Amino acid sequence: MACTRTLARLATRRTVVRPAVFSRGFASVTDTHARDPLSKVGEKIVPDAERKPIPESKTSTVQEPDPSKDAKTKTFHIYRWNPDEPSSKPQMQTYTLDLNKTGPMMLDALIRIKNEVDPTLTFRRSCREGICGSCAMNIDGVNTLACLCRIPTDTAKESRIYPLPHMYVVKDLVPDMTLFYKQYRSVKPYLQRSTAAPDGREFRQSKEDRKKLDGLYECILCACCSTSCPSYWWNQEEYLGPAVLLQSYRWIADSRDEKKAERQDALNNSMSLYRCHTILNCSRTCPKGLNPALAIAEIKKSMAFT
Amino acid sequence: MASQRIFQLGLRRVAAPSLKMQPAGRMAQRRLAATKHASQSEAAEILAKQRIYRPVSPHLAIYRPQITWYGSVLGRITGLTLSGSLYLFGIAYLIAPYTGWHMETQSMVAAVAAWPAAVKMGVKAFFAFPFFYHCLNGLRHLSWDMGFGFKNQQVIRSGWGVVALSVLGGLYYTFIG
Repeated sequence: MACTRTLARLATRRTVVRPAVFSRGFASVTDTHARDPLSKVGEKIVPDAERKPIPESKTSTVQEPDPSKDAKTKTFHIYRWNPDEPSSKPQMQTYTLDLNKTGPMMLDALIRIKNEVDPTLTFRRSCREGICGSCAMNIDGVNTLACLCRIPTDTAKESRIYPLPHMYVVKDLVPDMTLFYKQYRSVKPYLQRSTAAPDGREFRQSKEDRKKLDGLYECILCACCSTSCPSYWWNQEEYLGPAVLLQSYRWIADSRDEKKAERQDALNNSMSLYRCHTILNCSRTCPKGLNPALAIAEIKKSMAFT
Repeated sequence: MASQRIFQLGLRRVAAPSLKMQPAGRMAQRRLAATKHASQSEAAEILAKQRIYRPVSPHLAIYRPQITWYGSVLGRITGLTLSGSLYLFGIAYLIAPYTGWHMETQSMVAAVAAWPAAVKMGVKAFFAFPFFYHCLNGLRHLSWDMGFGFKNQQVIRSGWGVVALSVLGGLYYTFIG
């Protein structure tokens, strides 16, 4: 994908032939490289950043630790990369598990592998009930929470587990979320008010105004939607991504917030918001059943009609 | 911490002596990995070094094909096909007087009439399918801009509906129209 990036850079570079007025505007500064993440420097040193993983056919298979007679054996191919061997390629490691001895969810399978087979397998998990958003990963091609994703009982089909797509991998299934959290911070996700409540008590809102926040406040920031968005894959440095825009809309739609105009202004450039091309992978993949695409459309509408 | 665990273990053994004999070492927590304290600047240095070598996780090749993003890609490709052809034709038409190409309506009609049927159909299909898909998909985009049709079910249905309609339209214009 380096090629796409280079083309994008070329298209945005200010040259003599194409003066600055005709190039597209950026979020805040004109020097796009100034805000590159540190890992971008690495891309220059190691040009093939994606480093295609070694397929499972060329790696070993770790068998079920406790084989029994009438086992329902399911095969899992899991993305592995170890930062202690930085020059090695990522690989797809195969594990087989007896589903009779494994819990129903993908997270149970991962935990069982870690406990009983291979303690070096690394992944994030915490609440195991879909409220913390730690175990977000790409399971069978779709981003979801491992704790909310049932293991398909069809043992003929092999399951594949990858980290969230197009993120820098810290280790195995753990992606680097630094940029995502920075973007979240950039939308100022808190109530901004300069006036006191009229009756000196808490800031209250009507039931109708509260209703506007339904479907927004439930977001757990697992980044499933953002990392499912092809636009976010190619423009991570500038485009905020569905999750962060949904959060931004959560505060734009809040009747108690007094900085609506400032919030909209911050998004009013070609990159932060308008890199959303309504691809709609985000709403399709959201493990909480929210609709980031609708939130983004509402932001666009509110900016178009003011 | 470890001493506490061993103490608890002792209590439990007193309470339930029938339990199977368990070695204390297995119950007490042990840290097998050696850890080393690193100062803040050292840690930042280690992190910077690690970040340089981090691979990007697989994306395009492993994401499940869905009508959402495949439809979007198709919309772009069809748009490029149509606008690219229009630009090429427009530029050719513009420079025709200088290059001596015959792009007048009559000569083009005559040229197309001389093509074999298969070539005619091929060219018609090349434009008909992208045209219908791009137009109908554009309607979906207009409705999204108004804020309608964002439910997953609606997106899937409208996506496949557009594919079906553009296949029908494309076939009609290729063979009949």
